[in-house]
Amino acid sequence: MEITCINCPVGCRLTVELENGEVKSVTGNTCRRGETYAKQECTDPQRMVTAVIPVEGASMPLSVKTRTPIPKAKIEACMAALADVKISAPVKAGSVVLADVCGTGVDVIATKSV
Amino acid sequence: MNRQVDVLVIGAGPAGLAAVIAAKEDGIDNLLVLEREHESGGILRQCIHNGFGLHRFGEELTGPEYAQRDIDRAAELGIEIQTDTTVLSVSHAREVTCVSAKHGLQIIQAKAIVLAMGCRERPRGALGTPGTRCAGIYSAGTAQKFVNLEGYMPGKRVVILGSGDIGLIMARRMTLQGAKVLACVELMPYSSGLNRNIVQCLNDYNIPLYLSHTVVDIKGRERLTGVTVARVDEHRQPIPGSEIEFDCDTLLLSVGLLPENELSEGAGVKLSPVTMGAEVNDALATSVPGIFACGNVLHVHDLVDHVSNESFRAGRAAAAFARGELDDMEEIAVRDGEGVRGVVPQRIRKGAAQGVDLMFRPTSVYKNAACVVTCGEREVARKRALIFTPGEMAVVSLKPDAVAGLDGPVTVRIERS
Repeated sequence: MEITCINCPVGCRLTVELENGEVKSVTGNTCRRGETYAKQECTDPQRMVTAVIPVEGASMPLSVKTRTPIPKAKIEACMAALADVKISAPVKAGSVVLADVCGTGVDVIATKSV
Repeated sequence: MNRQVDVLVIGAGPAGLAAVIAAKEDGIDNLLVLEREHESGGILRQCIHNGFGLHRFGEELTGPEYAQRDIDRAAELGIEIQTDTTVLSVSHAREVTCVSAKHGLQIIQAKAIVLAMGCRERPRGALGTPGTRCAGIYSAGTAQKFVNLEGYMPGKRVVILGSGDIGLIMARRMTLQGAKVLACVELMPYSSGLNRNIVQCLNDYNIPLYLSHTVVDIKGRERLTGVTVARVDEHRQPIPGSEIEFDCDTLLLSVGLLPENELSEGAGVKLSPVTMGAEVNDALATSVPGIFACGNVLHVHDLVDHVSNESFRAGRAAAAFARGELDDMEEIAVRDGEGVRGVVPQRIRKGAAQGVDLMFRPTSVYKNAACVVTCGEREVARKRALIFTPGEMAVVSLKPDAVAGLDGPVTVRIERS
């Protein structure tokens, strides 16, 4: 499997050998961060999700994020779940907007106050 | 004249906030920030994605979260920020004219001014792309504002011209909000955006990146109905026969940022034809005494962390000037050498007695190279890197003793190994 390391601007092309879903070897990286990234990316790729949702009683939408990265495969479901969130002002930055989004165990929180 | 202040900062984005916080912490109490928008925070307010603050705070924040830290700190320090206030002019003698609904017309005399107005996106007109003048063509930042701050989607089928970071980020945003992004088209053979954004914003969503391609026709009468994309040769000229047609209702432009220097020019500040921002010395002092510049109005940065750092220094220098402590010193010119474009600062004070960071953009991609700083024949600094790329601002540091030893113009160049 070939991936591009995203830790720094060098963007090493990494070749990852997988066996039964486990990483056997990583080559092409020029530092250790590349190896860590390759292992995560090939076994359980994760991403932060950020979005905005409308808020009742506020003129501007509310920006939100997953508190930590969630599995890449759940991004679409996460967006769909966020589309159904009904929330009213005021909302404080850091407060939970949607708990345990799509069974990931990760909360979606507000990133600003409205 | 209806008011006098010691340090006046124009713009309450990340640069202005950092500058005013630094000036206050340096002991200046009579401070004022003028901000055109209704809220402080600048462009970070619409950058809802994460990835800000890794250098400065050691954690990944979203734009609004990064901005809020500085807004909170400014509030804690009791700094006055006048929002909804537009600056009309800045004079050579540091007289600032501004208007707002709340305070009407104000004329403010400042002992020192920090210019922190940020930058603007290059518009369609700057590209000379042929085609009709239909609706549906936006700069990527405008679309970002619509989606993230106002809650409107500008279109459903999107082509993005230019692979700058804002364009890449918007490719993902538009996709997540339900639009179909058909292509990201880049004139150069490399992307000007960060690698991580290509992976996370394009590859993750299977959005094709067309390098060495450009938009050669724009179609539609009322609303955009499609664009024609063609491959370009090494002289960036479209190759006949390589055209690809895209049916789309939206074209987003992410084709570069330009420092917003109308006010600086009015004050007689000398601008660099390369960075399009002010020419400054290592204290961020422009050619006009008492006027300083920092952040994207000075030169376009990739990382807000670097903007904040630069602006802290500008704020401290403005504070020193306001106290009458920033002495005139003999200055040494800094020049762009091979592979280097737009070094900031352009001048170094000979007796600065501190280290200086020289920032610039490489002119093309250099792998396994070194950035070398010379003074005459003498090498005064060297920094090796696995890669130098135009998409990433490079920094090379001069140590205090190297600065003290400078006796003539300094040149920064990239040396292949």
